[in-house]
Amino acid sequence: MTAGGPADSGADELTFRDPERADALRARLESLVDRADDSIRIVHVCGTHEQTIAEFGLRSILPDGLTVAMGPGCPVCVTDSAEVDEAVTLAESGKLVATYGDMLDVPGGDRSLAAVRDAGGDVEVVYSAADAVSLAAETDQEVVFFGVGFETTAAPTASVLRNDPPANFSVLSAHKYVPPAMDVVAAHPNTRVDGFLAAGNAATITGTEVFEPIAGTHDLPVVVGGFEPLDVLYALVELVEAIADDEPAVVNAYPRCVSATGNQAAQTALWDVFERVEGEWRGIAAVPDATLAIRPEYAAYDARERFDIEVDRDSETTECICGDIMAGHAAPRECPLFGEECTPASPVGACMVSDEGPCRIRQTFGEVRQ
Amino acid sequence: MCLGIPGEIDEIDGTEALVDFGGAEKWVRVDIVGDQISPGDYVLTHAGFAIRKIPEHEVERTVELYEAAIEDDRTSLADRRTEPAAAAEPAHGGEQP
Amino acid sequence: MSADDEAETLTAAHGAGRAEMRSFLSETVLERLGDPIADGVGLPALDDGAVLPDGDRSLVVTTDSHVVDPPVFPGGDLGRLGVAGTVNDLAAMGAVEPLTLTCGLVVEAGTPTDRIETILDSMAETAEECGVSVQTGDTKVLPPDDLDGIVLNTTGIGRIPRGEQLTSDGLSPGDRLLVTGPVGQHGIALLAAREGFDFETDLRSDVAPVNHLVAAAREAGTVTAATDPTRGGLATALTELAARSGVGLVAEDRAVPVSGATDSAAAVLGLDPKTVACEGRMVLGVAPEDAESVLDAVRATPGGEQAALIGDAVDDHTGRVVVDTGIGQRYLTEPSGQQLPRIC
Repeated sequence: MTAGGPADSGADELTFRDPERADALRARLESLVDRADDSIRIVHVCGTHEQTIAEFGLRSILPDGLTVAMGPGCPVCVTDSAEVDEAVTLAESGKLVATYGDMLDVPGGDRSLAAVRDAGGDVEVVYSAADAVSLAAETDQEVVFFGVGFETTAAPTASVLRNDPPANFSVLSAHKYVPPAMDVVAAHPNTRVDGFLAAGNAATITGTEVFEPIAGTHDLPVVVGGFEPLDVLYALVELVEAIADDEPAVVNAYPRCVSATGNQAAQTALWDVFERVEGEWRGIAAVPDATLAIRPEYAAYDARERFDIEVDRDSETTECICGDIMAGHAAPRECPLFGEECTPASPVGACMVSDEGPCRIRQTFGEVRQ
Repeated sequence: MCLGIPGEIDEIDGTEALVDFGGAEKWVRVDIVGDQISPGDYVLTHAGFAIRKIPEHEVERTVELYEAAIEDDRTSLADRRTEPAAAAEPAHGGEQP
Repeated sequence: MSADDEAETLTAAHGAGRAEMRSFLSETVLERLGDPIADGVGLPALDDGAVLPDGDRSLVVTTDSHVVDPPVFPGGDLGRLGVAGTVNDLAAMGAVEPLTLTCGLVVEAGTPTDRIETILDSMAETAEECGVSVQTGDTKVLPPDDLDGIVLNTTGIGRIPRGEQLTSDGLSPGDRLLVTGPVGQHGIALLAAREGFDFETDLRSDVAPVNHLVAAAREAGTVTAATDPTRGGLATALTELAARSGVGLVAEDRAVPVSGATDSAAAVLGLDPKTVACEGRMVLGVAPEDAESVLDAVRATPGGEQAALIGDAVDDHTGRVVVDTGIGQRYLTEPSGQQLPRIC
């Protein structure tokens, strides 16, 4: 959540949240949308973008003819059910499983890590991969860090593995890599994407250049945007303008944190430890080259190499349309379970579990129609 | 994803720095920040790691971008695609083959 | 109960003060207990306490069981939490001068005696702060298999002139909303202490009795409704006020007071301070013409310096809370499920 005031240098509370500038950007969006021949559908690939859009009520001010849909941008949501089952199996077999708070309630095929913890299993919430290493240093017990998230959390996981963690520490990687999933969404016959709003923080690591092939292949603009409300509105102006002008460009609308080539130190760590392999994105598909697996050089710290983990890989809930929602094909309200059997208190699908999940955000913030 | 929080570096100790997030302070790792940093610098942090130094002039530049978008006083899109050199190393320097 | 129902068990959410708890109360508890009370407030109102008319006065009764991990936390402990919580519930019903409190302790065998002493000392100190004392109680000790930690039950009794109770259903469109201080401090301090997130900052709970602030507010003008924002924080408090009063509420996001340390720690943990527990705050509905004078009076009272007017009751959006962010509008809903720090 962007609840705190921005602490960027030289920025005060209103720098990125000024209502007058927001209104001016909205007016500019309106005139650009009017100029376009057709309605415009933008897909974002970042749960934090959805959070900003929902938390600040941005959809309540978007002009008619402009839709901003949610793509597969929630790393918790796209974590495969079988991956959760692996973590559950490890915790049930006496390992201490450390993970981010986001993952605790995510249902696997059978149960969540929270359920294992309630039943007496060792499951710890950590704020950082480094905190999981500290846990391992304090105990003889096997400590498994269940690593989830995109480039932004994968690079920290890589960093702790490169810094000689204790021998009782290992990583169960469910890390994912975003750009190939954007390809899958753009290529999907049922999904209309006129432009991508790309995730600013992941791009902090990778740089904007990784989006060039996506813009080129699918002939659409990709704009990297930040997370303050004015950042999002400004990025939408760039997108709508590029769409109206039919320019399939990559635009960096978040230059205070993102460069063309990204964070080289983080990339070095990331690709030293991880390689891209095909893997399941929950509900979407097997996406080529979009799952981050630990390289053989670091096999000693790979929980899958160290332990014999057996899980049933075919246990998805059938009525849940998480996959369609995350791929941008369907809206949460179109799901028969939404708000009925599936609620934040008792989630069925991953989209309702994570605070970044599209269904959870829709339930939490609602939308006020003007 | 992901929750990035900007903050100001108070002190640095090896691979860690104490960062002030506007009231709450916390030690974060700085070994993958990818820039030279010193106390007083602002960094973007995520999950306990600093992942980017936020140069001071970039906040001003952000506001200029907002204003340019509002005023429709734009350089051509092609020009804006070119990033000012923020990283000197070649593209994909650390990328896997 | 049908065979299917027999499999159902209570979960932590049923006691977490939010939607799950309300449905448990209405479907399970109110089916069996409680009757409406003429000219008073009974269990069916699900308010902060009961108001029992007796001649030209009414007795006000409230009870709470407190469990907190850790039992001693930055800014307070279980004892202070119990007394302040009960005194504040009485105050939320209008009884700003509590008559007496009770102390029911259920303790896990093996708990160090000095921990209980700390809690009892703190109860005495906090009770003295609000001019009341503990006059009856009960203690049970259970084996560690049956209990983990300490449960403190406190009941409070107060007295008001008949008909002068405050309730959470008294808002009318046009009323202003006042909160007596910065929100979210208790929940953020506890989460940081419990999960060991190692903030170098002094994050302290706001736990405190605020009966004197309610007294100051009522002396300065017409207070139409009150509730204390504990579990679920301001979001749950406003949601309950809106639902019970049958009005909509519009809160100005920027007007809601939040301390810098709480705000930034909440941002780091990915939480909204508006959804995080307070233990020393009160939300009041105030007649519009009295809003400024009530605000001045609360601000002039120790502990109320950072009070703020945060919004209005309106005649649309019935039962819902709208947050105006200055840029757009959205609904504020209460949190559900466990509150865990969000990283991704």
